[in-house]
Amino acid sequence: MSDVLLSTRDLTAHYGDFQALFGVDIELRRGETVAIIGANGAGKTTLMRAITGLLPHAPDAIRFNGENIGALSAPEVLERGISMVPEGRRLFPSLSVEENLMIGAHKRKGNGYWTLETVYDIVPILRERRHHPGTALSGGQQQMVAIGRALMSNPEMLLCDEISLGLAPVVIKEIYASFPKIKESGASIIVVEQDIGQALKVADRVYCMMEGRVTLQGTPAELSRDDIHNAYFGVSA
Amino acid sequence: MSKTQKTNLMRLLGLGVVVLLALVPVIGTRAAVQDLFMVMTMLVLALNWNMLAGFAGLVSVGQQAFVGVGAYAMFAAVILWGMDPLMGILIGGLAAFALSIPMAFFTFRLNGAYFAIGTWVVSEIVRLSLAQWKALGGGTGTSLPKGTTKTMFGVPQIKDMLDVSSAAAADALTYWLALVLVLATLGISYAFLRSRMGLGLQAIRDNTEAAKSVGVDPTRLKALVFLLTAFGTGLCGALLFIQITRVTPEAAFSVVDWTAFVIFITVIGGIGTLPGPIVGVIVFYALQRLLADYGTSYLVVLGLIGIAIMLFARRGLWGLFSDRTGFELLPLRKMPPARAQ
Repeated sequence: MSDVLLSTRDLTAHYGDFQALFGVDIELRRGETVAIIGANGAGKTTLMRAITGLLPHAPDAIRFNGENIGALSAPEVLERGISMVPEGRRLFPSLSVEENLMIGAHKRKGNGYWTLETVYDIVPILRERRHHPGTALSGGQQQMVAIGRALMSNPEMLLCDEISLGLAPVVIKEIYASFPKIKESGASIIVVEQDIGQALKVADRVYCMMEGRVTLQGTPAELSRDDIHNAYFGVSA
Repeated sequence: MSKTQKTNLMRLLGLGVVVLLALVPVIGTRAAVQDLFMVMTMLVLALNWNMLAGFAGLVSVGQQAFVGVGAYAMFAAVILWGMDPLMGILIGGLAAFALSIPMAFFTFRLNGAYFAIGTWVVSEIVRLSLAQWKALGGGTGTSLPKGTTKTMFGVPQIKDMLDVSSAAAADALTYWLALVLVLATLGISYAFLRSRMGLGLQAIRDNTEAAKSVGVDPTRLKALVFLLTAFGTGLCGALLFIQITRVTPEAAFSVVDWTAFVIFITVIGGIGTLPGPIVGVIVFYALQRLLADYGTSYLVVLGLIGIAIMLFARRGLWGLFSDRTGFELLPLRKMPPARAQ
């Protein structure tokens, strides 16, 4: 088996008549962390929704683990081992913290590293608050519940959509501190970030998107500040 | 009083009511047995509709299809195949279940109001089709053969035990079956909602897209609820018509009796709460008795009350009571402990 876990080839996506992605090619290798950066409206979230089967798109543009997953529904994509932390956390207000986590295990297959106990081990405060409504927690804690919920299916690939949005820097740091543990459990990671500094810190490789296209890619070491600035805003610094 | 104490008190109260209800055929009058039978069967229908509309978001206006098919299947089992009416109840449930599969296949392509109308249309089609069934009286309907209910399985024993007439013993039997059906429907609903599938349903209600992205399949879960409630509604329909002993297409497929009243009961009691239909059915029965002398104008009053509750107390009378007092029965939501830290 090749070491490419996920690849998109010439991926396009539409919201009705509006085209949001114009031939996006990205690749994630096994064990890698890739960051996708770009301004608002660049198509980052659209890309995540297309990969997870929430948004219909050209059916043969996405391969995961050697299989064409373009035509699958969201629950089927999850079964293949792709799990997403959606933008804005999207916890279920009627459910407690523990129930929010439990529902992440809805499609779990076999035994994996992540269980309620191992999630509570990386965020002990959630163990204390397990019976509270998920939405009664602080923003950072809610974000950890959302990440834990995604991990409960023991994914091979974890997609994190804007997990630092609206959180204090110290909280963001705490959240990213859980990443080594997640990689250790065998998951490869794609993070979507507006915070370029944070993205460059955690990623092995970076894609920059603008107006539905990938405008720049490379390792954090290869990319200069000017390159990123150009790719991000479309103008020279 | 703490939250747990309140919940325990409610449980104790509930248990007391169940014991009292079970004793009604022994200590109560026959009229009370017959009245409470109707109340409990309406409650079963309401509990099922509440699962559909309140928890799965499927606002069906075609539940009379399952009542009617359940009733007709029971009559067919007794009259055409010579079975015991109790066996007929089971056949009624299974027939409704069987109908729900093609019905889901067609109506699940529709959403919201279109789904509601779709279920109604299917129900009308089934009514018109069954009105062609000559062996069961066609459009004018038919009755259970004389004496059928008096020789039903268990009736002679109850007759000896309670020392009453065969007809009263048959009433007692159907009454107890209705009580069992209420308890079973409540118990199964509660267990279902507390299970992983129930979490899925609540997640869909909160946010459908987020639910999909954690692997909940809304269509599959909703279809499951639709099929199970069709079974429960069919059982109830068959049981109802054992009591009534006569079936016509109009009575068996009455949208007013088996769906409109049921919606009223669920909405005023509290849609999307388990105790809601219980409160609703009590209010409904009280209003019916109170306004019995005023003819059809009582329907106008029911309608006005329904509208008022929908506007001013969206979680119904139970929701209002529970929010104000903190009393809970069969709570689904995990609340934080009364005094955190």
